[in-house]
Amino acid sequence: MRAYLRKAWLIAWKDLVSEWRSREIFSIMAVFALLTILIFNFALELSSVNRVEVAPGLLWVTFIFAGLLGVNRSFAREQDQGNLAGLMMAPVDRSAIYLGKLIGNLAFIASVEAVTLPLFAALFNVAVPVWPLAVPLFLGTLGFAIIGTVFAAMSVNTRLRDVLLPVLVLPIFVPVVIAAVKASSTAFARRSLLEEARHWLGLLVTFDVLFFTLAMLLFDVILEE
Amino acid sequence: MTAPPLIEVEDLHKNYGLRRALRGVTMRVAQGEWVTLFGPNGAGKTTLIHIIATLVRPSRGTVRLQGHPLTGDWTEARRHIGLVSHRSFLYPDLTAAENLRLYAHLYDVPDAEARIRALAERVGLVKRLHDPVRTFSRGMVQRLTIARALLHSPLILLLDEPYTGLDAGATAWLTRLLGQMAREGHTILMATHNLEQGLALCDRAVILHRGRLVFDSPRQALSTEEWQAVYRTYVEEPS
Repeated sequence: MRAYLRKAWLIAWKDLVSEWRSREIFSIMAVFALLTILIFNFALELSSVNRVEVAPGLLWVTFIFAGLLGVNRSFAREQDQGNLAGLMMAPVDRSAIYLGKLIGNLAFIASVEAVTLPLFAALFNVAVPVWPLAVPLFLGTLGFAIIGTVFAAMSVNTRLRDVLLPVLVLPIFVPVVIAAVKASSTAFARRSLLEEARHWLGLLVTFDVLFFTLAMLLFDVILEE
Repeated sequence: MTAPPLIEVEDLHKNYGLRRALRGVTMRVAQGEWVTLFGPNGAGKTTLIHIIATLVRPSRGTVRLQGHPLTGDWTEARRHIGLVSHRSFLYPDLTAAENLRLYAHLYDVPDAEARIRALAERVGLVKRLHDPVRTFSRGMVQRLTIARALLHSPLILLLDEPYTGLDAGATAWLTRLLGQMAREGHTILMATHNLEQGLALCDRAVILHRGRLVFDSPRQALSTEEWQAVYRTYVEEPS
């Protein structure tokens, strides 16, 4: 098990180091997220009342589309030098490759969220409830990374990979978006997550566990097909 | 009792949708033998190499490594196979040493640092070990690719068009290195459409054409001119 986790970490490590040096994925995602927030800020005239109601939806739309760019690029980078074949040829369980890529993608998306949230708070004049929001944010981001990593691996060899990824991911991700937005709304309204968003958090946990298990079991087949 | 061939391919078929990339290929590669696989583009060379490399599963037929069929879980078989193609499998933003270390750990290479150092010396990249791969020339990338493929001391080295994109100097260097490896007894299966480079070092050459193995002969059985004549009959045949 230690050897398995070590190999998964190695795969995540090379993604994180490559990204630290090139800033390729982070910069694309961050610029996209910031521009989206800016456009929403100019396009929507929000009162102090509806601002809090709309904020979670705006944030999740931004994170999802920025995240799609990130996971797509993360696998495209594997394909540039045929590196995915290099990983596939190594005597490594394919689920360890998935786990490594998932950790990397999760880190990229989380770092963009960390940059976007303060700007969002400033532009929309909304106080972001950091700790209550952290729970739905983590569970929703994890769910997105789980699904995004699987479908990015599936679409990376196709000619239409940039277009195909959102078409594949978004329909499956709908329940997570709804649950994440609802739970985030509860956090923004400063109400108790445990009392008022328990079922939404439960849905997020169920989704994450279910799809993570499926992805770990099926990634071998997905990569080869 | 004679030892089984290192690689044994039997009645191998591979279909991509309606396209039949391989149509019943049967061949053997003995321990220490260098076999060159010739064929025009689309003949099925890369598909055959990829199946032996465990990257693609065949539609039908079997591949045996040292007599053991590659079925089900290929993880252990992967420890014995090295692949060099025109794509490097290297990460441009990592240094040469980091790339080799990554693969060494993925392959559980014992005493990885010493092995990396030895291979870097062999391919003449010791001074560039700590430079990012993106600063390397194509020839240097190919040297590092060979080091990467040899890290885990594979039983067989698969070469898929390894000369692609190399200039004259890098080509000569690669031929010298591969010649050394052949003399050391490495088992090599190389796919190429370049007759001159392919015939230079091999023990046996085979021709693939439209997914079928159509010619198989020891290198010494025919002169270079005769090989060229045989090759032309397949490659230049009107389709």
